[in-house]
Amino acid sequence: MNSSVNIKNLSLDFGAVNVLKSLDLDIRDGEFLVLLGSSGCGKSTLLNCIAGLLEPTEGQIFIKGRNVTWEEPKDRGIGMVFQSYALYPQMTVEKNLSFGLRIAKMPQAEIDKRVARAAEILQIQPLLKRKPSELSGGQRQRVAIGRALVRDVDVFLFDEPLSNLDAKLRAELRVELKRLHQSLKNTMIYVTHDQIEALTLADRIAIMKNGLIQQLDNPDTIYNTPKNLFVAGFIGSPSMNFLRGKLVANEGALAVETHGVRFGLGGYRAGREMNPGQEVVLGVRPEHIRVNEDVRAGDEVHEAVVDIEEPMGADNLLWLKHAGHTLSVRVNGARRFKPGTKVKLAFDMGLASLFDAASEERI
Amino acid sequence: MADVLNSTAMIAIEDAPAGRKPRRAVSRRNVVVYGLLLLAAFYYILPLYVMIVTSLKGMPEIRLGNIFSPPVEITFEPWVKAWAQACTGLNCDGLSRGFWNSVLITVPSVLVSIVVASVNGYALANWRFKGSDAFFTILIVGAFIPYQVMLYPMVIILRTIGIYGTLTGLIVVHTVFGMPILTLLFRNYFTSLPEELFKAARVDGAGFWGIYFHIMLPMAIPIMVVAMILQVTGIWNDFLFGVVFTKPDYYPMTVQLNNIVNSVQGVKEYNVNMAATILTGAVPLAVYFLSGRYFVRGIAAGAVKG
Repeated sequence: MNSSVNIKNLSLDFGAVNVLKSLDLDIRDGEFLVLLGSSGCGKSTLLNCIAGLLEPTEGQIFIKGRNVTWEEPKDRGIGMVFQSYALYPQMTVEKNLSFGLRIAKMPQAEIDKRVARAAEILQIQPLLKRKPSELSGGQRQRVAIGRALVRDVDVFLFDEPLSNLDAKLRAELRVELKRLHQSLKNTMIYVTHDQIEALTLADRIAIMKNGLIQQLDNPDTIYNTPKNLFVAGFIGSPSMNFLRGKLVANEGALAVETHGVRFGLGGYRAGREMNPGQEVVLGVRPEHIRVNEDVRAGDEVHEAVVDIEEPMGADNLLWLKHAGHTLSVRVNGARRFKPGTKVKLAFDMGLASLFDAASEERI
Repeated sequence: MADVLNSTAMIAIEDAPAGRKPRRAVSRRNVVVYGLLLLAAFYYILPLYVMIVTSLKGMPEIRLGNIFSPPVEITFEPWVKAWAQACTGLNCDGLSRGFWNSVLITVPSVLVSIVVASVNGYALANWRFKGSDAFFTILIVGAFIPYQVMLYPMVIILRTIGIYGTLTGLIVVHTVFGMPILTLLFRNYFTSLPEELFKAARVDGAGFWGIYFHIMLPMAIPIMVVAMILQVTGIWNDFLFGVVFTKPDYYPMTVQLNNIVNSVQGVKEYNVNMAATILTGAVPLAVYFLSGRYFVRGIAAGAVKG
């Protein structure tokens, strides 16, 4: 597949702070790429560099094979949608949409055509004569997307576009964005700190921390086989259970020993060599722990006590006390447990993750 | 027994406080608050009252000495005299000359300083250039240097350029001295606007002036009004620069008022002096009355942020 946006060795310093550290990123044509990370990880900075709103200290940016490192934002073939919508308050929706085209001195007939088309795609025709102050949050964000749409750009850049909306609207617009991407098939780069948005929208997710990309993969891979401890802890809510321990030989196989309890690693597919005595962190997602009647024959069974139960409708989240650990376990919402009751549990080792404690890399 | 208890309980619940809590119109708190407010208002309005009353009296009535009593015979003679006939030195055409001088000084000074300062503030807020912070710091320091320090150097500069003693010279001085505070005002205002608006405009392809005229200027109307008020009142009320940088022919209204009131020869015509003072103060007074709301906002905006 052709690459749409190509970032080579990109660095950006704000004074003495390295916000981006020789970052490489290759975004495919038509891809929906999400830059995910907590605040201060450099994801918005990277997006602003791609947009041309920030000058990189080093490195190059290519869009559609063209080196745009020194180009003005308008010449890059990008459109951008901002968190605060950034609609021009004194202009009507129509004027907002057409501002860029008018600046570019496009013929009025062509402007009208493009505005009409964008308004139709986003279903904002009845709003064209209104001012931004007369619109709801969701409508404003649609207009903001429309502003990128009319300019007929190659790449859409989204900077946390849904963060200012309430939960219900956010879910609605998320679906609309996905639909928009499916019909337009443009390259979209989307910055967010919301992992649900990332998992639901992305073709690929780039998880960022301290100006570096930690892992770049499709959502499934990121969720199921996180490359390091940071990615494992960042994705998933509630977070993955981490058990710090040591590798020991156990009946001819390896096991993780922690707080005097051994978890056999039978079924775990290691990508690297494992040595007894190695300090490790065992990671298990809450839905990969089987409780009571879910425990299968042949499972290694442990005992735990229910500490707290958090019913969440479809799911029921249990917090179990087990030999010095607190484990979160997701079970079907219909199954209820009284605090204090003893339960049997087993780990699904085939879906677990194991990390080296020192390097924090996946084993 | 149980029934009785029940019914009293019912009544108690119904009588219990519900809805808006009643407040007495005349409470000690209200008396104190409104009393003090009235007192303060009275204290501030009194001089104005005396001025108006005195300006409407003839000299014989003034000599009686009852400064608080309303005029027995209302006369507008002092007003006419103050405007058109009062003498300063050899000129006897009253305050009118000073009024027109002040207009000629104020209008261009206000316009030029606001135009320049708004562009300055916009550049400082949105287009950070190398050394923009240093530039801004110098500008701010400029706002805190007492004018008196700069009087003499300014005279020399104007003389060298060849505009000392002219209206142009005074306009330049007002524009320059208004620059720090106005730039600060505009910079803070533009900084308070969402940065993403500016970014969006850049992505849309607008340049420095495009963004200024299409995006920033239409949003800057409130701060423009504030700047206008600050400048009009400030420049109209100026006395020092007017005396220092112009010749008697070009004296602004304030200076001329002083010369009329403080002229040593002849009797002191209190009624004319009062009328002249009110006339001079009329412009800032009108500005305050017409735009008090914006003026307060201007002071709040001037309460430096960032």
